[in-house]
Amino acid sequence: MTMNNQGRSTRADSAASTDAPTFTGNKALQIEEALSFEFGHFAGTGVDLPEPEGTFDRLGGLNRNNDIGLPGLSEPETMRHFVRLSQKNYAIDMGPFPLGSCTMKHNPRLNEKLARLPGFADIHPLAPQSAVQGALELIDALAFWLKEMTGMPAVAMSPKAGAHGELCGMMAIKSAIEARGEGGKRVRVLAPESAHGTNPATAVQCGFKVDSIPADKTGRVDLAALKEKLGDDVAGIMVTNPNTCGLFERDIRAIADAVHDAGGYFYCDGANFNAIAGKARPGDLGVDAMHINLHKTFSTPHGGGGPGSGPTVFSEALAPFAPIPYIVSEDGQYHLVETRRAAKSEGRDDTGEGAKSFGRLTAFHGQMGMFVRALAYMMSHGIDGVRQAAEDAVLNANYVQARLKAEMTAAFDGYCMHEALFDDRFLKDTGVETIDFAKAMIDEGYHPMTMYFPLVVHGAMLIEPTESESKRELDLFCDALLSLAKRAKAGETELFKAAPVHAPRRRLDETAAARKPILRWTPPNPAEAAE
Amino acid sequence: MRYLPLNDAERRQMIKTVGADAIDDLFADVPDDALNPSFDLPDHQGELSVERAFAAMADKNRPAGAGPFFVGCGAYKHHIPATADHIIQRSEFLTAYTPYQPEIAQGTLQYLFEFQTQVAALTGMDVANASMYDGSTGCAEAALMACRVTKRNRVVVSGGLHPHYAAVTRTQLELLHSDAVVQAPIDINGSEDLASMIDDDTACVVVQTPDVFGNVRDLTPIAEAAHARGALLVAVVTEVVSLGALKSPGEMGADIVVGEGQSIGNALNFGGPYVGLFATRQKYVRQMPGRLCGETTDAEGKRGFVLTLSTREQHIRRDKATSNICTNSGLCTLAFTVHMTLLGEAGLRRLAMLNHEAACRTADALGAIDGVEVVNQAYFNEFTVRLPKRAEDVVEALAAKGVLAGVPGGRLWPHDSEADNLLIVAATECVTDDGIEKLVTGVREAI
Repeated sequence: MTMNNQGRSTRADSAASTDAPTFTGNKALQIEEALSFEFGHFAGTGVDLPEPEGTFDRLGGLNRNNDIGLPGLSEPETMRHFVRLSQKNYAIDMGPFPLGSCTMKHNPRLNEKLARLPGFADIHPLAPQSAVQGALELIDALAFWLKEMTGMPAVAMSPKAGAHGELCGMMAIKSAIEARGEGGKRVRVLAPESAHGTNPATAVQCGFKVDSIPADKTGRVDLAALKEKLGDDVAGIMVTNPNTCGLFERDIRAIADAVHDAGGYFYCDGANFNAIAGKARPGDLGVDAMHINLHKTFSTPHGGGGPGSGPTVFSEALAPFAPIPYIVSEDGQYHLVETRRAAKSEGRDDTGEGAKSFGRLTAFHGQMGMFVRALAYMMSHGIDGVRQAAEDAVLNANYVQARLKAEMTAAFDGYCMHEALFDDRFLKDTGVETIDFAKAMIDEGYHPMTMYFPLVVHGAMLIEPTESESKRELDLFCDALLSLAKRAKAGETELFKAAPVHAPRRRLDETAAARKPILRWTPPNPAEAAE
Repeated sequence: MRYLPLNDAERRQMIKTVGADAIDDLFADVPDDALNPSFDLPDHQGELSVERAFAAMADKNRPAGAGPFFVGCGAYKHHIPATADHIIQRSEFLTAYTPYQPEIAQGTLQYLFEFQTQVAALTGMDVANASMYDGSTGCAEAALMACRVTKRNRVVVSGGLHPHYAAVTRTQLELLHSDAVVQAPIDINGSEDLASMIDDDTACVVVQTPDVFGNVRDLTPIAEAAHARGALLVAVVTEVVSLGALKSPGEMGADIVVGEGQSIGNALNFGGPYVGLFATRQKYVRQMPGRLCGETTDAEGKRGFVLTLSTREQHIRRDKATSNICTNSGLCTLAFTVHMTLLGEAGLRRLAMLNHEAACRTADALGAIDGVEVVNQAYFNEFTVRLPKRAEDVVEALAAKGVLAGVPGGRLWPHDSEADNLLIVAATECVTDDGIEKLVTGVREAI
């Protein structure tokens, strides 16, 4: 039996296309979906729980006696609701996701499988340490990989995300400065204009003032300008390497030396570590602290915005200030050091002045679920695979840059690292802006690149293909962008201004959203909805 | 190498296209002596051997589901519906980025809007953000926010606050002002007098309910005392299921509510990833940290959702941002939203009462042992017992028998001998009568 067994042809014989709206507002596979609050009922539920006995009430008279306002849906309704929502998302599993500085690489499903083993997923952070030796062993093994790959002697595993890792690194720098008795004096932190916004925000959250370093004409830190800004009031420098222009800071050792000579520390933002993992070690380049985004370089899923994980490696100079908890091992037994005082008695601090650890960053031991995934990726890839991945990521970016240069304008000359940066000169006098170009990419089936970042390039478009793209996929992507660039230059401005027209939504009014924020659903008529 | 699509022929061709002779031409900016170092790390391996290595490590751990389990203190063992774990593994959610391109991210944005609505309703507040890393970092951020709102720098911390939450808050605040945190002494039965610690420089009081010992606390008097001095009340909830049975912090006068949402939809995961809940009053919304999702319309007038009020955030405001946070707990937030949608109001209330009853039964059984005293009057699904000997020894003895009995006071207050004999016991819907019996037998034998 065939699918079409009733003799009815499915030949596409009508070319008449109509954009007439459907009755439902749906467009075939694109189904409109209301909020669960708009069709669920307070009495509805998708779980079967036994009836409470009603024999105990020891809530101290603080029992809830009002409606909460939470609708419940049956299991099939719940499944359909969220599956319909999912179909309104773009994802790396669907196509290229070339967000510069975000490293949207393939997320292996082996990682997901292993993270769900009950021996990892179903263990409690405060279970007796004798009951979680395998978990401590795993964290220790991951820590070894991270230290070995970065050439750094210590790592703090607890930071929950990249920005949290930055905070960890800058807290250690602050503590080291204070331990030298220079806390009141060294209040300035230097960061390039091209830095991620988290860098200045982190420095301020640690009580520092931020001073911006200009870029030179090659897109790198202006070493002469940096040296002029150094002084005995500088706590340190925050530099991303490879930087956000997709370039390796070729003066990195001179930068590190200059900062160290001035009595400061070198924080490296490791967001772009994917370009050099297995190729070079930050520890060989003069870095004092660097966070590693496990969700970028080591393939843990971005999950629509998190959770991340940001272990932070430290040099000898900063290692004593690293946060608690940390793991020590002896004779195959693993032990968690969980308090500053314990750190002192354990002898980690050799000065005899009391433990130097700056304290605790989070309630427990970090993002264990992400640790399992990252280590599974590392062991699968091996160091040979990690190196090959960095090479392929850099090669793919350079290939894209080389091909797109035919119609688009690269921001800087020469090779790039893992991401290719373009500016908007090629759109001059077309009436098309970077955002319009990005939105037109959506109609072509691509997630746009990072736009308007870094700030040092006008109308920036930062493309990071990662090593996960095949040559075929890259060629299709480049063909599409070249075609768009030609159409922009040919005066098809309206196409760009209207885009996207094929996505689940047209352009959304973000100005209105911010002017009068609606941040939650509220019942149209509270009395009615409570029934 | 299964994760890499390029083959060597393509690599050679592409190297030629970019105008290079060899791959390392592209790495020419890396100092020569730093390029291609050797590493003491193994080469790649197939799925099967990786699985074997991980299974060996996993087998050395005792999962909560493997036997009687009573460990809590900020992370709780609850049953998670299969649907929730399935949905968070859908490619479109799992492998998406932060919804910065809202036209192709309405799936993520709409569930965040539903999540924010659920959290605001649960906490009794006007607005909630799209989540923090976890409850403890949310707690520190709430204290920072209270300092911004009140333009004061002093934070009073309850002796019933989880000591790790207090430590995280101290680490963050003392960096900015060395004497910022005023810590109340350990408060085992919830009888502390926080009101007397509030003065005209106090930005906020941070109080947990149920507190770390399990005591359910009435926040109304402390809210009134704080407000009388122009300070805010930050309420901390580490067991979100309790909000199905207890008055919300919003009803009791809290200005900021932070919580750990792990209990709904998220596995124990040895401490992370979890999902921090953060809610406040409408008037403080522009001082909030973290992502916010808001409603708007598109060019055709259709409703849609976007990230909004980003002028608070680091990628726009840089050094003037309300926080450096650049993430939410995305997938954990989704797991929470799915589980809460399945529960609904009716399911959550029932789940909460099942938890409360399990705890009452466990407490009665333990309290009946000679020499064991339950310290709490009012509690939800967690309580504290005072044992006649060090709780750490009792816990180890029971662990050897496959019973994970709770958190010994010495683990959380290693330098406070008052806590040595305390055992904090959590009981959820997962507890069975047989498990309670094994716990009681074990404790009786161990003391």
